[in-house]
Amino acid sequence: MAIARASFTTRQETGKAVKSARPARERKYTKEAIRKDLKRNWKRYLLIVPLILFYVVFAYMPMGGILMAFSDYKPKFGIFGSLIKRFVGLENFTDFFGSFYFWRLMKNTILLNGWSLLISFPLTIILALLINDIGNKYFKKTVQTLSYLPYFISMVVVCGIVVDFCKTTGVLGTLMTMLTGKSQNLLGVASYWRTIYISSDLWQGLGFGTILYIAALSGVDKQQYEAAKIDGAGHWQQLIHVTLPGISQTIIIMLILRVGMLMASSYEKTILMYNSQIYDTADIIASYVYRKGLMDGDYSYSTAVGLFNSVINLVLIMTTNKLSRKYTETSLF
Amino acid sequence: MSSIAITPKENRIKSSFSRKAFVVFNYALLTALAIAFILPVIHVLFSSISDPYWLNTQSGLVLLPHGINFTGYKLVFNNSDLVRGFLNTMIYVTAATVLGLVVTIVSAYVLSRKDMLFVDAIMMLISFTMIFGGGIVPSYIIMQKLGLLNTRWAVILPACISTYNLIIMRTAFQTVPPALEESARLDGAGDLTVIFQVLLPLVKASAATIALYYIIQHWNSWFQASMYLQNRELFPLQLVLREILIVNDSNTAASMSALDAVSDANAYKQLVKYAVIIVSSAPMLVVYPFVMKYFESGVMVGAVKG
Repeated sequence: MAIARASFTTRQETGKAVKSARPARERKYTKEAIRKDLKRNWKRYLLIVPLILFYVVFAYMPMGGILMAFSDYKPKFGIFGSLIKRFVGLENFTDFFGSFYFWRLMKNTILLNGWSLLISFPLTIILALLINDIGNKYFKKTVQTLSYLPYFISMVVVCGIVVDFCKTTGVLGTLMTMLTGKSQNLLGVASYWRTIYISSDLWQGLGFGTILYIAALSGVDKQQYEAAKIDGAGHWQQLIHVTLPGISQTIIIMLILRVGMLMASSYEKTILMYNSQIYDTADIIASYVYRKGLMDGDYSYSTAVGLFNSVINLVLIMTTNKLSRKYTETSLF
Repeated sequence: MSSIAITPKENRIKSSFSRKAFVVFNYALLTALAIAFILPVIHVLFSSISDPYWLNTQSGLVLLPHGINFTGYKLVFNNSDLVRGFLNTMIYVTAATVLGLVVTIVSAYVLSRKDMLFVDAIMMLISFTMIFGGGIVPSYIIMQKLGLLNTRWAVILPACISTYNLIIMRTAFQTVPPALEESARLDGAGDLTVIFQVLLPLVKASAATIALYYIIQHWNSWFQASMYLQNRELFPLQLVLREILIVNDSNTAASMSALDAVSDANAYKQLVKYAVIIVSSAPMLVVYPFVMKYFESGVMVGAVKG
């Protein structure tokens, strides 16, 4: 599963990822080999001690903290003490699955991320294709630079602008008052939430998202276009038969990444912009975990809910990766 | 040529007409999109230098400033919360970036060596953290146990390494021909000499890329600070901005202290908001067009190669 070791070596030459052969593992870690390795490389291993410490403390210790999900955690007993003295098995999970919140959170999480994926993923590719089609390089550069601009505004400020635009007297609030006759804060209307969230995502990320595809497009072999022209292919046919196959590898890898993040998308933005009036559509699993855990201090229960979210996410990314490897021979790991 | 045989002349003329129509449409569409991308920023910019009383009567987009007025900016620069937030952010960005950069570069070099037995296994364990984690509550508990809550370290340490950046850097080291390192070794160079004097000059574009990523990440980050910090003295800029722009029930400490100085506080509220958006975003917006090429290469290495 070494994401880093996998595949993506020869993009410049062929635009295709080459799978690295996995070395035979059986006899790698013999006593003799370990002794020789440590003797020769101990100084280098010493150099990555800070890195290893970082991952142990800030990634793997919290993973150990997941044990809280199976106990009724009390700070005075600590994580392990609570697990032994106050073990509750799967109670936190069954509580969550049986609660009123479960289906609402599932629905909101899936709808928000699903819509976001369905809309922004193809739009990014289309925008990249449109930009790539521009012949005038100054115009192209200008459009690119301007479209990247919102990406460099911080999330807090973007949300601040959204809040300002959506309030009753804001730019969008006023516009909606004219259209619907109702004067209201748009962020107080549950049915507008996803539209507002996804639009603001598009504004901030659409332009910057094209960078990768434009880079991939510039790697498509020019000779293939020449060949296609000689065969009488029009621009549309060139797009279908040369351009898209040329960047399909990139598209698939980005799709795996996006689907893998389906449950883990930015809850920070939700937490910044939502309010109790619109929990009906805005509250997602991650924001619920935040509220329950850090605001209400219900540590064990919220850890369980968070674990549920992470596991679904893990299953999603593994499945997409497997499917992709099976059907397209492209995969992340 | 076969193309002539396949494509009759009329057809080609027709297709070249539809092609031209498409090109015109494309230019128009992209112009409109580019405007849409910057319009909100222009609105904020022009509003921030307009007359505050006039501004409060406006409800549409402000496409031209009205009655040039810099009071908003004066209030922003005199606001002690904002100034302190900015200084705190400078500390966090500098410390976390320097620390993260050094550890990332040194470690990426080691992890890129193929002649070390455990490197693959370590890399696997590190990569795993990209797709699975303990979650916010266990992280919070760990920070509590380490006694880091409410200290500057709580903002600096947990975010100082990004796995994504580590992978970019490792990929860069892998592309350097081994002969360079070997010849330096023959001259008796140690690991750190090899990394910083022999190899780093060859991978400096990637190093610059991840440095930029780190800087932006730390500049924008607010969530960890909001989880781990209670002491307002330690708040980074983004948390102060959050109070002013979003929480802002007109009586939060930050927005009030800015306005106390002015008699007609309410009139200036909106103006201050716009000014603060511009001041806090200006550093990034001024710099980014000049460093775009690093982002382009970074995105390519990072996402296409893993």
